[in-house]
Amino acid sequence: MTQIDYSAFDIPGRGRGVLDVFRYRYLLRLLIGKSTSLRYRNSVLGWFWSYVRPTVQFLVYYLVIGQILRMHERMPLFPLYLFSGLVLVNLFNETLAASTGSIVSNKALVRKIYLPRELFPLAAIIGAFTHFLPQLAVLIVASLLFGWLPSLASIGLILAGVLMVLSFVIGLGLFFSAINVRFRDASNVVEIIRTIATWSVPILYTWSMVYDRSRDIPWLFHIYMSNPLAVAVEFFHHAFWGSLPQVTEYSPAPDNLGWPPLFGWYVIAAIAVIIFSLVVGQFVFRRFERTFAQDL
Amino acid sequence: MPKNTTPQQQPRIVVENVSKWFNKRSSRSMKDAFINLVRRRPVRSTQFQALDGVSFTIGAGESVAVMGLNGSGKSTTLKLVSGVLEPDEGRVFTRGKVAGLIEVGAGFHPELTGRENVFLNAAILGMSEKETKARFDEIVAFSEIEDFIDQEVKHYSSGMFMRLAFSVAIHVPLDVLLVDEVLAVGDAPFRAKCNAKLKELAGQGVTMMVVSHSKGQVKQLCTRGIVIRKGKVVFDGPIAEALEALESS
Repeated sequence: MTQIDYSAFDIPGRGRGVLDVFRYRYLLRLLIGKSTSLRYRNSVLGWFWSYVRPTVQFLVYYLVIGQILRMHERMPLFPLYLFSGLVLVNLFNETLAASTGSIVSNKALVRKIYLPRELFPLAAIIGAFTHFLPQLAVLIVASLLFGWLPSLASIGLILAGVLMVLSFVIGLGLFFSAINVRFRDASNVVEIIRTIATWSVPILYTWSMVYDRSRDIPWLFHIYMSNPLAVAVEFFHHAFWGSLPQVTEYSPAPDNLGWPPLFGWYVIAAIAVIIFSLVVGQFVFRRFERTFAQDL
Repeated sequence: MPKNTTPQQQPRIVVENVSKWFNKRSSRSMKDAFINLVRRRPVRSTQFQALDGVSFTIGAGESVAVMGLNGSGKSTTLKLVSGVLEPDEGRVFTRGKVAGLIEVGAGFHPELTGRENVFLNAAILGMSEKETKARFDEIVAFSEIEDFIDQEVKHYSSGMFMRLAFSVAIHVPLDVLLVDEVLAVGDAPFRAKCNAKLKELAGQGVTMMVVSHSKGQVKQLCTRGIVIRKGKVVFDGPIAEALEALESS
């Protein structure tokens, strides 16, 4: 019997986590292409739906929050304020839902062929992200109509906001897509998270309202603003809406025009939360990945 | 014994003392668990041992059949080598590029056209864009469905579907090919063509690990047989004797 030099061998089924995705760029591109081209297959209006849903959602919120609850009297350019936050929360909700179901919906592949399984949640997130781009385009056009002038700072804030949401969702998506294989309860938990996400960030109201209400219990506001989604939404508000309200003697600046106090710390806390979610997500994913094929 | 370092003489697949257990879940939810508890049935999952200390080495260029009755653990063995499953005990090593004809067509999507599916599946099996483009015509020619390549796969007959899927899998450049019962489908002429293609690959030095119930195919293709019974290797040797060992088991 010859002696075996193990250094020349691979251990089947061991990947290098999210980093593997770079080696599989081409496959990732095809998987994204597949999901985007299939999403509206056999539908008459097709990609139009990517515009219809956010528009209807926007109108509903505008009528209820803006008109009935009279938010637009308290805030200049409320439609723009609302929409600039809404698109980002939609991005979070869509990508999170898509990534959570990604392993289960690729059951056939996961059970039969070994691929770095991180590819599936990532392809789902990027696929859902492509539906955010038309919304962002609408937001930019609307802002320009309101007289918005893009600046380097605002573009930086937009990119930072999108980056924060995406990296946060990668962490959460890895976590929930892995858990979802063995416990389908995960998709129900994610459903609840999505509802909470819509209301727990200042898009239908302002951070200053929360600040006023929580004056006696400051740590509550600290937690509230350490949410990466809340920080990203404030980035978007500043980038699009922040420069537009005209401050005169007769129309004083709205309370939330500036950054919340201690905002620098909230940004740091949010980044810490994101890193934590990525580390935990990847760790849990690797633990569960070993039994994906037998649990599906 | 001198240490052997030339890659040609290194084995392609090493399976060392591998054991694998599967959970048999008794309760599927908290409600089930409660009912089982009340009725004094097992609540926690019980374990079922699928493989028990399996060891073998497959050298470069060898064609090995893994045989056994249903439920003996042969497909589990194959899945461990492909990386889909991980061993609970023991180690598995492979050298070179491994790809499997394991239920070909797993990556096919019915709503995509044949052409799109070829590119997608080739990528899933590890081919680059350039390699796929270079071999595309060959793949389509082998599958004999030239006229339908731009149709959606859901309109294919099951035979056409299998032919295209098989054709993609067989054209992936690889060092180790895992074959799992795929050749039970397709009509006789196509089956003969596939067997010829597999023989050709074996002739080119591709290492093969075949799981099959078809004695004829195994005899044609493989030189060595491993017989597994209830998760244990009971025979490992020349194919003719392996078939006899399988009969008597």
